[in-house]
Amino acid sequence: MYRYDQYDQAMVDARVEEFRDQARRRLEGKLTEDQFKPLRLMNGLYLQLHAYMLRVAIPYGTLNAHQMEALADIAEKYDRGYGHFTTRQNIQYNWIKLEDAADILADLSKVEMHAIQTSGNCIRNISADHFAGAAADEVVDPRPYAELMRQWSSFHPEFTYLPRKFKIAVIGSETDRAAMRLHDIGIRIVKRDGEVGAQFFAGGGMGRTPMIAPMIRDFVPLDQLIIYAEACLRVYNRYGRRDNKYKARIKILVHELGAAEYTRQVEDEFAHMLSVGIEPPREELARIAAHFAPPAFVDGPKTLDRSDPDFALWVDRNTHRHQHDAYVSAVISLKPAGGIPGDATADQMRLMARLAKQYSFDELRVMHTQNVLLPHVRIADLHAVWSALDEAGLGSPNMDTIEDIIACPGLDYCSLANARSIPLAQRISERFAASGRTAELGELKLKISGCINACGHHHAGHIGILGVDKKGTENFQLSLGGSEAEDVSLAKITGPGFDEDGVVAAVEKVTDVYLGAREDGERFLDTYRRIGMEPFKEALYGR
Amino acid sequence: MADNLGTSPDEVQFRFRDDDPVDHGTVTVDSALEQTNANAVRIEPGDDARLLLPFLDRLALVEVNFPAFGDGRGYSAARILREAGYAGELRAVGDVLIDQLSHMRRCGFDSFAPDKRLDEDDAARAFATWENVYQRAADARVIIADKRHEA
Repeated sequence: MYRYDQYDQAMVDARVEEFRDQARRRLEGKLTEDQFKPLRLMNGLYLQLHAYMLRVAIPYGTLNAHQMEALADIAEKYDRGYGHFTTRQNIQYNWIKLEDAADILADLSKVEMHAIQTSGNCIRNISADHFAGAAADEVVDPRPYAELMRQWSSFHPEFTYLPRKFKIAVIGSETDRAAMRLHDIGIRIVKRDGEVGAQFFAGGGMGRTPMIAPMIRDFVPLDQLIIYAEACLRVYNRYGRRDNKYKARIKILVHELGAAEYTRQVEDEFAHMLSVGIEPPREELARIAAHFAPPAFVDGPKTLDRSDPDFALWVDRNTHRHQHDAYVSAVISLKPAGGIPGDATADQMRLMARLAKQYSFDELRVMHTQNVLLPHVRIADLHAVWSALDEAGLGSPNMDTIEDIIACPGLDYCSLANARSIPLAQRISERFAASGRTAELGELKLKISGCINACGHHHAGHIGILGVDKKGTENFQLSLGGSEAEDVSLAKITGPGFDEDGVVAAVEKVTDVYLGAREDGERFLDTYRRIGMEPFKEALYGR
Repeated sequence: MADNLGTSPDEVQFRFRDDDPVDHGTVTVDSALEQTNANAVRIEPGDDARLLLPFLDRLALVEVNFPAFGDGRGYSAARILREAGYAGELRAVGDVLIDQLSHMRRCGFDSFAPDKRLDEDDAARAFATWENVYQRAADARVIIADKRHEA
């Protein structure tokens, strides 16, 4: 994985000192709260319902054991002993004091980490396929390009006061495991006749106006990647709407101009920028790529002893095919039945760090599904890994099932939320775990957002739930048919919303419809797409 | 007639040029397009800086107004002018604050007339924030990636 050199380290250290100075000026009254707010946001510090929240960047979700241990230490030293992994491969601490923030940033910089641009109207942490460098179906490892873009986007002088936040995801497979087309810019690294390049999508997003990003360029040569991204951003910075915060994301600009006109403007700017020449030297990409050389895999057994049914179930559910046939990628579920999706205690983080050191070439990934991945585990070591995880409450065999719920922090923490998402996720996962129907339902992605901002990706759920405020009480809208994957689609609302008990029952009803109607090999999503909304509506609202 | 907008040289708090500043006010972009003798112009956030490109030779001062610090369009305007070869004074005016100075400098601004005078020590620190930089911009600094691959 990527390691800082003296330049990267100096940049992060300079940022810590800059923030310390900003905090000092705020305390001395030289900065108003309005002036300080964007500065603290660009260092990941939000003011939430009960306390400050600090969001720490985990670039493209990759970290080593030492870094995970540092995250555990921060959870204990400055928070309440746990952290929350997010859908954009970051970690959030929910109980932070403002006066500790600069010290936390300093602790992070000691392990080559930071909270830079995890918030604010700037280019956010770059996310990537969590199976990068491991998945059997990978065409090109996206991480070197994500790292190149991390450096380019950090402290970008022109793009620090954009109309609104800006999220970029990079993948390198046909399969999309990063919700790439629901990002402001999505990039798929592709090979054409042996040449590697980047396919650009722009103007996707969730929030109150969900949009699927159209493709704007099929192939950008690698030595023009940064220039093309810069052109996309400049058009947005100049023409994105600033009169209404809800219409300020790039998706609205692309939608209002039309993809063809936005593309034309980008191409004009791109042609101009080619003449200016802003791309980093080609050797830089090679230098970065060398950090992502595959680890020293060794041959070993390709089969395992499946006599323990619990272990066999976990292997079937939570492991993913690897490029090397003696290895798999193993998903550590942060979704125990009845638990809080994405939460991990300091002790659990330390255990994950230990397993990474011992069994996965010192590497971990934060997944966009709010789980953690050991990317390279020998099949021969799987039983030992599973036993340790199971003992620590991290062995739930539920990846991509109805228990593997994505949920935002909701009204339990968030000052924007209209409804609580966590308790609902807890009830649903408990209910399905207890009834034993999880396995029968197979792949079923359920996603819950506590407000229209859609941090819980409800638009992209096979089943989505949106919490709204209805005359002072929490109400939940159910939607069906979304997908964030390569078969991307936006979920449609079933009809009138439900109260909390009602929506749990409604989820059960729609799964009944699926089980009754499915044909061989169909997932919930496939059945929905084949039979349409009506049978589900009938079950929910018919008399 | 000149609209006589803009800041006077007295209001400029930081200037990184040796030539004498223009001693009169600026005109709007629209006026500049009509007046063949205008040599000082003021860009508002919604103006297209590219409209000025045919007239760059005769311009000695371009003011870019930041009515609110969170509106970042002026950063693009500045780079566009510098990329087109504009060599005159490029002045950031309006809601210009300490923490925007280093980025503005990188985008090509070489003078600053903030609405509220800034603390000199804080500003000096801000201008010196980044010993190195990742991106190419209008300031022609050698970027980190180049330094990494120097022979």
